[in-house]
Amino acid sequence: MLRHKYAQVFMLIAAVVGVERLTRFTDTHQYLTQLTMSGYYSLVIIGLCLLIGYAGQISIGHAGFFAIGGYTSAFLTTFNLMPYKDKALVSFLSKAGIAVSRGDLYGGQVLCIHPWAACIAAILLTVAVAYAIGGPVLKLKGHYLAMATLGFGTIVYKIVLGTEMLGAADGISDVPAFTLVPGIEVSGGLETRVMDYYIAWGLVILGMVLLLNLVHSRVGRALRAIHGAEDAANAMGVNTGRYKLNMFVVSAVFAAVGGVFLTHYNGGIGPSEASIIKSVRYVAIVAIGGMANLWGALIMGLGLNFLSLRGFFGSYDDAVFGAILIIIMLFTPEGLLRRDLFSDIRALLSRRDGAGEAGKSGSGGEDRA
Amino acid sequence: MAMLEVKGLHRSFGGLHAVNDVSFSVAEGAIKALIGPNGAGKTTLFNLVSGVLAPDTGTIVFNGGRIDGLKPFQVAAKGMARTFQHIRLFPKMTALENIMIGRHIHSRAGFLAGMLNLPLTWKEEKHIRQKAFGIMEFLGIAGLAGIDATSLAYGQQRIVELGRALACEPKLLLLDEPAAGLNMRETAEMADLISRVKGLGITVLIVEHDMSLVMNISDEIIVLSYGQKIADDKPLAIQQNREVIRIYLGEEDAQD
Repeated sequence: MLRHKYAQVFMLIAAVVGVERLTRFTDTHQYLTQLTMSGYYSLVIIGLCLLIGYAGQISIGHAGFFAIGGYTSAFLTTFNLMPYKDKALVSFLSKAGIAVSRGDLYGGQVLCIHPWAACIAAILLTVAVAYAIGGPVLKLKGHYLAMATLGFGTIVYKIVLGTEMLGAADGISDVPAFTLVPGIEVSGGLETRVMDYYIAWGLVILGMVLLLNLVHSRVGRALRAIHGAEDAANAMGVNTGRYKLNMFVVSAVFAAVGGVFLTHYNGGIGPSEASIIKSVRYVAIVAIGGMANLWGALIMGLGLNFLSLRGFFGSYDDAVFGAILIIIMLFTPEGLLRRDLFSDIRALLSRRDGAGEAGKSGSGGEDRA
Repeated sequence: MAMLEVKGLHRSFGGLHAVNDVSFSVAEGAIKALIGPNGAGKTTLFNLVSGVLAPDTGTIVFNGGRIDGLKPFQVAAKGMARTFQHIRLFPKMTALENIMIGRHIHSRAGFLAGMLNLPLTWKEEKHIRQKAFGIMEFLGIAGLAGIDATSLAYGQQRIVELGRALACEPKLLLLDEPAAGLNMRETAEMADLISRVKGLGITVLIVEHDMSLVMNISDEIIVLSYGQKIADDKPLAIQQNREVIRIYLGEEDAQD
């Protein structure tokens, strides 16, 4: 099982490198931009996949966590502390290297929080919010949980949209590059396109390894047990409430990290990143990838986000994701990417031909298990 | 010392006194059965003991400590495991994985250790797997280890559920109608397994409708009727108890 798990990770690494080489040979480097952005969105999706597919908890508010990450980072790295530099706290931050000065677009000097410190602050804030929200909300089940998380997403959206300090409808721009280590930075410039691509997908690979490990661990087993029969898991000594909450927080952190990095990559963030339709989109992608299928979620997250970012769906972008959700729920609630898909399609086709028997056995594919 | 000591337990739903001032104790190492007609309050009593429901009044002392008001997972951590009347195996998990969940309270790896796949978790996982497999061998179902638990035959599922509870290494095992839905041969096998569980030194409290099973394996039997305890004695004495005969077979003049 373990060897098998990492074999797929190596295939992912090979694919990531292969795609970059391919764009180099075919002179289609422009695709790397959307591939990079898709990578960051995929972080949200694989975290959400574990929450929905393994722990069995829905969240229609994860764009909220993405936005908390992105906005915290954007605000802290752009808010000029220069006017306050004599204040004790600011001078301490400056001395500790947490606040650093840099030149702004107009040749002046600004004093802002270092991206690393901002990133850590963003993650800590996300953890705090996720615990505070998740504690009461995860006591709910089914539709009620969905509605409560929807409420959370709405609140975050309205806050970022209505707060002048966060740029209101314009969002925050001029977010500086994120220098991870000297020489390696997330900046979104044309000349660093290849580096940005590798940073994004390096993070995705790291995220996949962490989550695959989790799935195959004692905790992953307990999460699947909660999903299957919560009362029985509880009777076996699994603290179901705490496990669900921890999984919620882990998935929120994945979303926030995606938000932090994409914000530095894009050089800014706007309120649309916090919108409900984004949250719905994430859920739709997890659903189409197959709820409890990390690889399916990743592949669909990459593919659909890439097409969407390339403008493939035109003005109907959001409608496409809504339609996907409806179609998946109606015809293949187990998702699109799964082993018995082809037998199901065959069964569906033969039913069309009037072969009733094959149609009957094809409804769920259980007979092949 | 009694393994389980229940005193003055009361729980009502609206105006219905589902469990009304019930007291009893289960001696360490014994098999005690809980019987009574439908609606007598057996399941409510079971849920009170296992922490699914909290009692309105009364105390439950388990292995020397109060457990009334604790949540099921806390009760489980203290050494009480249970099976369910309607089988509650985890779907999409193998029989072995189901039983491995039973080792949860005896293992520690958390979210961080799991995500980082720390070497200390490897040994623990191996140990969990070995213990779970050992239990399957003890129950004679080792051949089913790799099969999806919910696709097993009904009788086999009952045994896997028993194995999952045993994996907790409980001091007290609660069995909620373990013979429900089993044929006569399977019921006899189940009785044999429960006796072997007793042989491990595990105390057993069992709710059961099947009289042959109850009379054969129990050391003592409690009879409930309308939420109240009406008898608490050895099997032979229970069989001759007039009150018990009356509630099970009806009044003599009503027998026609």
